Amino acid sequence: MVISKAIRDQIEAENANYPRARGGLLAALHRVQREYGAITPEHATALAPIFDMTAVEVLAVVSFYDMLSSQPAGRHQVRVCTNLSCSLAGAREFLREIENHLGITRGETSADGRITLGHEACLGACANAPMMRVDDRYYEDLDTESARQVLDALD
Amino acid sequence: MQKAPHVTDYLTRHCADDEYGCLRGFEAQGGYRAAHTALREMTPQKILDEVRQAGLQGRGGAGFCAGLKWSFMPAPEQQPSYLVCNADESEPGSFKDRLLLERAPHQLLEGILLAARAIGAQKSFIYIRGEYAEAARVMQRAVDEAHAKGYLGDDVMGSGFSHDVVVVRGAGSYICGEETALLESLEGKRGHPRVKPPFPAQRGAFDRPSTVNNVETLCHVPHIIGRGAAWFRSTGTEKSPGTTLFGVSGHVVRPGLFELPLGTPLDEIIFEHAGGVADGRKVKGVIPGGLSMPILPAGELDVAMANEFLQEKGSALGTGGIIVMDDRTCMVRTACVISEFYRAESCGQCGPCREGTAWINDIVTRVERGTGTAEDLELLVDICDGMEGQTICAFADAAAWPVRALLKHFYADFERHVREGVCSFSGSFQL
Repeated sequence: MVISKAIRDQIEAENANYPRARGGLLAALHRVQREYGAITPEHATALAPIFDMTAVEVLAVVSFYDMLSSQPAGRHQVRVCTNLSCSLAGAREFLREIENHLGITRGETSADGRITLGHEACLGACANAPMMRVDDRYYEDLDTESARQVLDALD
Repeated sequence: MQKAPHVTDYLTRHCADDEYGCLRGFEAQGGYRAAHTALREMTPQKILDEVRQAGLQGRGGAGFCAGLKWSFMPAPEQQPSYLVCNADESEPGSFKDRLLLERAPHQLLEGILLAARAIGAQKSFIYIRGEYAEAARVMQRAVDEAHAKGYLGDDVMGSGFSHDVVVVRGAGSYICGEETALLESLEGKRGHPRVKPPFPAQRGAFDRPSTVNNVETLCHVPHIIGRGAAWFRSTGTEKSPGTTLFGVSGHVVRPGLFELPLGTPLDEIIFEHAGGVADGRKVKGVIPGGLSMPILPAGELDVAMANEFLQEKGSALGTGGIIVMDDRTCMVRTACVISEFYRAESCGQCGPCREGTAWINDIVTRVERGTGTAEDLELLVDICDGMEGQTICAFADAAAWPVRALLKHFYADFERHVREGVCSFSGSFQL
């Protein structure tokens, strides 16, 4: 099965929190992406009947949200905030240094499949710039050296 | 986890204490006392009246009177109806709700209980932006603790009132902070703002009457109910009572959060509380309330931070996110960063916004690179005119205002780029 029974059961349990099952869709998409690395058309096809949707409707929701992807990406998502407060603190030079260190530019995945790099539209850490999000974790008050250490330690 | 504020008051006094994040620690500081009393002894109408008399303004950006918003809800017999907590904090320069979620989750739950009681909602949804994974974990743990203690679920605190809270994670979209886009997202859809009316109180989440309140707004409620409207009105200004969490970022010595009365002068916040501009520089401009709010030039910082005063200066309080720029800053680069953001985040539903945000970004980018013309600067104003008030939601206005204000106060920076064919602000931040 494209989506295991265990994951499907978790999705259906979450859906019960909402007056309509579709309220649980974002949670389901997060769950599928965490488990399988992306929400592919095959996953969308498997999810659609649970939410009384078509597969293309599911993918239309996926494409709207920055954190969701229908394409497999690196094992770790690294996002550097480059909005105004962070830019004032040098975040754009910081991002270029990270790009040089990883040998990739924003939007790309490292050749070993370890890291997908991107930039973000404000992560709510404006007083602690430069900062980056690695998967579900924030790293704040960074400099190039401390950021390198975090990135090099990722599996 | 978010660092505790530099200056605290009633909302954040205990935020540095890790124990405050759990139910026992929260109750040790008097938490849930207001709910215990109010759920048993006050009618819903009495709770609503108290908050309305307190004059609590929404802290999510629009500043609408919270009690008045609650009063738009239909009679409690119309079930189900919902309370939705907007924890989609995404306004660049704002990081206050993250603190309240991560470090005082039970304060928010107590506010939710009281608000839900006032409007007659049996269920609440806390919609937390997807990137705030830590906040979502902390809130879910607090919800579970409250359930186990009988503070959520059936017959809350023996009051006969039943209430459930669902923690919902967004998935990365600035526009979902707009309340009707949030409702769409909550329903598992693309976050496209809805045409109003109908307003959420008429038809909100899942087609039912709903009230959407910001995190900080709800966090004030237990304090108002516990100590009364008159106490709340004893701080802040007459029209804008209470404290708020100002977030200061950019070129200051001590960036961070400061809980201060509404009406505190902007220059006092920057120079006294945040330690002034770093490296002994001078201020060039300050965005007073999150990225969407019009910038103020250095000469206009003697303004009280409340909407009635900021509006006289052509700006507004927004989310209270203060972004300080020193005198090396290139304001055309500032316009590039701002317009890049709105271009990326426009939901694309309305033509003037979808096209206008991209066009503005193209123009300011070429002006910054030195290939812009004098006509380009006039064109920017025309594009702003064509966006403001022409779309379903306020996003297009929020994208146009900062550009208009940058042109108004820093036209010389734009002209200099056009004249010199290059950005000659050598000490400015880099793009």
